[in-house]
Amino acid sequence: MSDGAPVVHARGLSKRFGDFTAVDRLDLDIAKGEVVGFIGPNGAGKSTTIRMLCGLLRPSAGEAIVAGFDVARQPEAVRAHIGYMSQKFSLYADLTVAENLRFFGGIYRVPREELAARMRFAVTMAGLEGRETALVRTLAGGWKQRLALGCAILHRPPVLFLDEPTSGVEPKARRRFWDLINSLAADGVTILVSTHYMDEAEYCNRIVLIDGGRLVAAGSPTELRKHDLGGALFEMESATLGAALTVLRAAPGVVEAAIFGDRLHVLLAPAADPAALAPLLAARGIAAGPPMPITPSLEDVFVRLVSRHRAPEAA
Amino acid sequence: MFDRILAMLAKEFIELKRDRWAMVRLIAPLVIQLVIYGYAATFTVNHVSTAVLDLDNSQVSRALISHFVATGRFDIVDYPSSQAQFNRDINTGTAVAGIIIHAGFAKGFANGAGAPLEVAVDGTNSNTALIALGYVSQIVGVFEQERAPPAVGGGIGAAPRAVNISLQARPWFNEGLDDRWFFIPGVIGTLAMMQVISLTAFAVVREREMGTLEQIMVSPIGRVEFILGKTVPFFLIGFGDVALVTGLGALLFHIPFIGGPLVLMLGSTLFLLAAIGFGLLLSTQSRTQQQAFALNFFIVNPFFILSGFAFPIAAMPVALQWFTLINPLRYYIVILRAVFLKGVGVAVLWPDFLALFMLSAIMLVVSVLRFQKSLD
Repeated sequence: MSDGAPVVHARGLSKRFGDFTAVDRLDLDIAKGEVVGFIGPNGAGKSTTIRMLCGLLRPSAGEAIVAGFDVARQPEAVRAHIGYMSQKFSLYADLTVAENLRFFGGIYRVPREELAARMRFAVTMAGLEGRETALVRTLAGGWKQRLALGCAILHRPPVLFLDEPTSGVEPKARRRFWDLINSLAADGVTILVSTHYMDEAEYCNRIVLIDGGRLVAAGSPTELRKHDLGGALFEMESATLGAALTVLRAAPGVVEAAIFGDRLHVLLAPAADPAALAPLLAARGIAAGPPMPITPSLEDVFVRLVSRHRAPEAA
Repeated sequence: MFDRILAMLAKEFIELKRDRWAMVRLIAPLVIQLVIYGYAATFTVNHVSTAVLDLDNSQVSRALISHFVATGRFDIVDYPSSQAQFNRDINTGTAVAGIIIHAGFAKGFANGAGAPLEVAVDGTNSNTALIALGYVSQIVGVFEQERAPPAVGGGIGAAPRAVNISLQARPWFNEGLDDRWFFIPGVIGTLAMMQVISLTAFAVVREREMGTLEQIMVSPIGRVEFILGKTVPFFLIGFGDVALVTGLGALLFHIPFIGGPLVLMLGSTLFLLAAIGFGLLLSTQSRTQQQAFALNFFIVNPFFILSGFAFPIAAMPVALQWFTLINPLRYYIVILRAVFLKGVGVAVLWPDFLALFMLSAIMLVVSVLRFQKSLD
């Protein structure tokens, strides 16, 4: 593999299950040492794509090269060069921390003289010092997940595929996990990580947004944030979010309205007047604060991109 | 190759060790079933409840009745006074067998005109009925020989006897015709099969359900390495089963073992490989442990019934006889009985060894090929 060539390279990658197309002609390039966040709603095709890149599923069409090997033709060579964490926790619960590491060291053929050092590294990285003899079933979620990462990198793979590794893990442990991912990337490991936590997108060098098996957008968080939403974004407070949302969606000049936590985000067409919104709500007896202009977050951009992507289908 | 298999084996044995109930699950069913088969499973029929309607009421008829009682095979539970009461005894199940000694029995017996005797058995349990009938004719035959006036031809029944043939039955290999000698060797095969097929059937599907199989599939471990690592422990357990049941059988039931231990080990090896092959096929085809359980049931029961363990294969319809050709237990039971009771070796048993060898080779190759390191 020449320097500069993408470590993960996919063209027209597709997967069909019967009549259902889970992944539709996806193109993807990931450079060495890059952390790429794979973002999209549930069922967008994130797991299916990752499984194809790992050689667990055969692509229905298209091709993918991982670490220089074709996933369809050389799956075994691909497997030797990747680390994988599946969505579901998949270590042996009845084995201790050290026994799990030793097992994966064994099946990945980590040289015996190196195994002890690498196990130590994995234990330190996962913050499991002193817990080597604890049964994995007794560990809390964050530890389990860091141990799974430790098992996945024991053979020092140049590429890591992490499928929603932080789902169901508390926020503090998630942060710590992302620090690990970034330090691995700094050592030159190429990482594709899927998540449905939008805030985690900020930790990535680049984001690939997919929906319905298709690529919606790709770029760095900064690039995506600059994305033209096609209007100005305002935030509003209201005690009756649902009722307010219904009125706003039908109001003139509103391109899109959505609930974000305990507030409303309203996208207005450039020519529309934000001051017209409050009287409109008041006329229906809905109490609401004045619209405040805000800078779009990544999540605003994703919501807009996905709904714009879906719009042609609805029409 | 070996380092990966060793890693698999270490993991499997640790998991087994941590499973507190594993030893109970592995040993208890064996011992329980061995004891049940050893003590309860017998074709011998004793103490058949019997009703006797003696319409002759003579010295001879009473002598015949006491002959029945003396053997211990029949317990006379009622002396009905009428045909109607006799019928009621059989109908209600008070008696399983009934003997009617018709009027004129003593007279006919004495003058050779034929002594009328009628036997009725409850055929709902055909096995017991058949065996009881056999005893009746035996007992009557002995009675006739003892009591019949030698000068006068004839006896019970109508046909006068011209030539007197006396049969000397001598069963080889099991001279006492002890049912246990027949059952216990078969029990070894049956128990080893049930244990090994079900353990193997759950082996792969359990990892599939836990999600660990996906982690294994994405590693560079070979299919053969994975399957060997998964099955070698069950092979060893199967061997332990055979040794345990053989030992207990000899100790508790004094089953002779006159053949060569090496012949038994070779036969057991081939049989266990075939059983593992079937178990693996179930395991790789099942998505859930429940499915594996159901499939296991569908395989193990027909194999058990169609093995010749209790019911002779030669008496089965031809189609089922063909089916038994793919049943590893069929061959293993032949080998077990021959090794235990006859003491013959491979020179005689080679067709069964060959069949087991082919069966295990085919099943193992097929199940390895059916196991794909992919989620498609």
